[in-house]
Amino acid sequence: MRVNFTVNGPPQEADDVWEGESLLYVLRERMGLPGSKNACEQGECGSCTVRLDGVPVCACLVAAGQVEGRDVVTVEGLADFAKQREEHGGCASAGSGARGASGAPEASGTPGTSLDEARGWAAKGTDSGTGEGDELSPIQQAFIDAGAVQCGFCTPGLLVTADEMLERNPSPSDADIREALSGNLCRCTGYEKILDAVRLAAARQSEAV
Amino acid sequence: MATTGTPTDITQGSRTKGGIGESTLRPDGTLKVTGEFAYSSDMWHEDMLWGHTLRSTVAHAEIRSIDTAEALATPGVYAVLTHDDLPTEVKRYGLEFQDTPVLAHGKVRHHGEPVAIVAADHPETARRAAAKIRIDYADLPVVTDEASATAEGAPLVHEHRDDHHADHVPHPNIVHRQPIVRGDADRAAERADVIVSGEYVFGMQDQAFLGPESGLAVPGEDGGVDLYVATQWLHSDLRQIAPVLGLPEEKVRMTLSGVGGAFGGREDLSMQIHACLLALRTGKPVKIVYNRFESFFGHVHRHPAKLWYEHGATKDGKLTHLKCRIVLDGGAYASASPAVVGNASSLSVGPYVVEDVDIEALALYTNNPPCGAMRGFGAVQACFAYEAQMDKLAARLDMDPVEFRRLNAMEQGTLLPTGQRVDSPAPVAELLRRVKARPMPPERQWLTAGEAADVRALPGGLSNTTHGEGVVRGVGYAVGIKNVGFSEGFDDYSTARVRMEVVGGEPVVTVHTAMAEVGQGGVTVHAQIARTELGVAQVTIQPADTRVGSAGSTSASRQTYVTGGAVKNTCEHVREQVLEIGRAKFGTYHPAWATAELLLESGKVVTDGGEVLADLVDVLESESVDLELRWRHRPTEAFDLRTGQGNGHVQYSFAAHRAVVEVDTELGLVKVIELAVAQDVGKALNPLSVLGQIQGGTTQGLGVAVMEEIIVDPRTAKVRNPSFTDYLIPTILDTPTIPVDVLELADEHAPYGLRGIGEAPTLSSTPAVLAAIRDATGLELNRTPVRPEHLTGT
Repeated sequence: MRVNFTVNGPPQEADDVWEGESLLYVLRERMGLPGSKNACEQGECGSCTVRLDGVPVCACLVAAGQVEGRDVVTVEGLADFAKQREEHGGCASAGSGARGASGAPEASGTPGTSLDEARGWAAKGTDSGTGEGDELSPIQQAFIDAGAVQCGFCTPGLLVTADEMLERNPSPSDADIREALSGNLCRCTGYEKILDAVRLAAARQSEAV
Repeated sequence: MATTGTPTDITQGSRTKGGIGESTLRPDGTLKVTGEFAYSSDMWHEDMLWGHTLRSTVAHAEIRSIDTAEALATPGVYAVLTHDDLPTEVKRYGLEFQDTPVLAHGKVRHHGEPVAIVAADHPETARRAAAKIRIDYADLPVVTDEASATAEGAPLVHEHRDDHHADHVPHPNIVHRQPIVRGDADRAAERADVIVSGEYVFGMQDQAFLGPESGLAVPGEDGGVDLYVATQWLHSDLRQIAPVLGLPEEKVRMTLSGVGGAFGGREDLSMQIHACLLALRTGKPVKIVYNRFESFFGHVHRHPAKLWYEHGATKDGKLTHLKCRIVLDGGAYASASPAVVGNASSLSVGPYVVEDVDIEALALYTNNPPCGAMRGFGAVQACFAYEAQMDKLAARLDMDPVEFRRLNAMEQGTLLPTGQRVDSPAPVAELLRRVKARPMPPERQWLTAGEAADVRALPGGLSNTTHGEGVVRGVGYAVGIKNVGFSEGFDDYSTARVRMEVVGGEPVVTVHTAMAEVGQGGVTVHAQIARTELGVAQVTIQPADTRVGSAGSTSASRQTYVTGGAVKNTCEHVREQVLEIGRAKFGTYHPAWATAELLLESGKVVTDGGEVLADLVDVLESESVDLELRWRHRPTEAFDLRTGQGNGHVQYSFAAHRAVVEVDTELGLVKVIELAVAQDVGKALNPLSVLGQIQGGTTQGLGVAVMEEIIVDPRTAKVRNPSFTDYLIPTILDTPTIPVDVLELADEHAPYGLRGIGEAPTLSSTPAVLAAIRDATGLELNRTPVRPEHLTGT
């Protein structure tokens, strides 16, 4: 079958798709977008998280045919997506797609992390890293700065999830962060640096406003 | 032909020095956050086929026949291979014993053993074709534990053993046995005022790395093959792959693809040979990617173990003796079992002074899933048992558990049961003191100001099972000892190639090793070492491949020590050659060229007094210095097979934990509130990465304390939970705050004084959590992981 949908903005057409293929397979093997990861392919690990019409979903659990006419954002498009959101006053959308179904931003139980605290967690790195000149979204930059990336296999899914959470809840408590990221498994970090990264991104975001 | 996803050089510039001791950022960080980093499952090649592995559905059976005709006739299928199709006389492989068939021959020995492989133009076509292969199995009786494996008339897992341990083991179903006898444990026991003993059980843990086993084999025009794969040791793979393919090693060109975690689970081969066989047979590139279900069968696990321990102590709290017996289940193939036995026995005493010991460790051959390397490697199981014993002894003596440990803690100079002296800092007591001195997390921490209980902070979490009723807090301590590097006389070298030249008017350094970067940050550290030693800002790390000499394994907490040491060593030689060039050119202009200690800093040759003698750009001009050198740590010795004596280890690594848990005693649910760690790292080459290793290792220890276990049916030896739905690893909600206290006590024998760090935090985490649960519940809990029914008695 043929599937038409947008990926990170422009419309795409996938041909010869077998009906049993997942969105994840189509992205990775047919569209040349392997950033969404295939760690469990059973909806347990969150490594393949993408946004489908703005809602974070496990791409492995979405049949390719289900995305017909819809808008997909993957980690490859996250920087552009975040930039667009910033330019449109904090209200990004994936093409014409509707916003997430989660409704109003949640109130957080405890206040978010202050920028000073978050700075304390940021690495005192002096390297600019590779891909100099690559424009990164704030959450991507924070993951690098805070040391939240080790093997990196969980990273794309966590970035998409965390970015969506910060969109809904710009000053999350630690408990909010843990709850929002609880569907994304990481085997390397013990999550501490991932928490640091999200706190850092939130703090930088609040400073920028 | 186009290939995408092949690794490329990673260049890292630096505005300032960026040398060792700084938390420089990962050179692959940007690629990893943009989704561009090419993992082994991301490889794509024009005209590529997909491979699929058919695995046994039974644990132990004779294969009467295999019929592949229908599979082969399936449209889109290019090849179906079984044992009969293997191209040479070499049909088995293995890390230490060559006991593992590439494809099952005549019988299968465990559930999930590869029997046939298929190549097709779509992964689903390959899967469906594999399902059409008909195998006639005749079931054989299974052996699943020590009693059944060594019973009279027990079926032998391997009938004709020809390995180097076959002659000394007491039974053919025992892979290797290592006793350690020192002093006289029976006599020493007479001095004991209290004696405690226990039988402990450690469940089968999975590495559960997130990147599945995968890779791409591309047939070459010369009859060879290019293999892109995620592994822990390229050259070990190569040594096992080439003979089976009937190719000389130089015709099997291996390149490391992006590795999505390893933790020991990629020491053994998985899809490597299969992909090469299919590629060579079809003449087309073949990609194999396991899904999570298959991954649980595609790699070895941590040995489950039964451990019997007896300790004595005098009433003033001094240990008198240790008797212990550790039985590790190695499953159907040897993998790393012999080395795991060596570790378990030699580290069975823990970081304590015990002069009189009677120790025995062994690994079994059974029909359970093969077990081998996982982070902590034999020392993990022992630590679980000896730390439970320490708490029992302290309780019997009415002493504080930390004080009791402190009284018996080893230190620099202590003689181990193997007769080896600990000749670098061993701050066991200090690590315990530090975790104990930390302030406690607040009581009833689930009550946030002015609100109802936050269930996310309670046992049961979002399941909303308690708002604090029935919840009891407990605190537990543990400390462990892990060896660093390959032990027992292994020639544990690494190789580094370093090139210095001028590019675009700037001195640049290229580092090339075969080190497997599996997420630990070795590539970050190599660039830091090169900057420190050669004083340049710009360092390029080349992809790891087999065009350069072996780096040894990314295992045993060894890579920063050994390949880091190799990079340092080659850099030092490059520096000497650069200075020679400088002396030849400029020596006559300044006497310091001949007389002073010279360094390379910020792109210049300087004296140790800081005087600038020349720019590296002017020294090198169009010349380059390019060296590839091997480097070794000091040699070790084998353990005596009868007494266990020998200087078997290179270095030790120590960590201590304090766990604070809250237990819902009615439902048997545990919430770990905090897991504080203190660890001596010798020298933190990259402090941020050090924290990441310690926190990650701690979390894997937490996992096997309260949730992670591969369940194998004792009747059928079949795996019952090969999925992330049924095999649970900690989520961010299960993982507590992990405060870390890092000590840097230099080991004078090691490069920069560093200590291998990756594994030690995995050891003491588990027993600390168990001790805390015991403290909360008063239960004995001699088994890990703890399940709710163990706490409620239901």
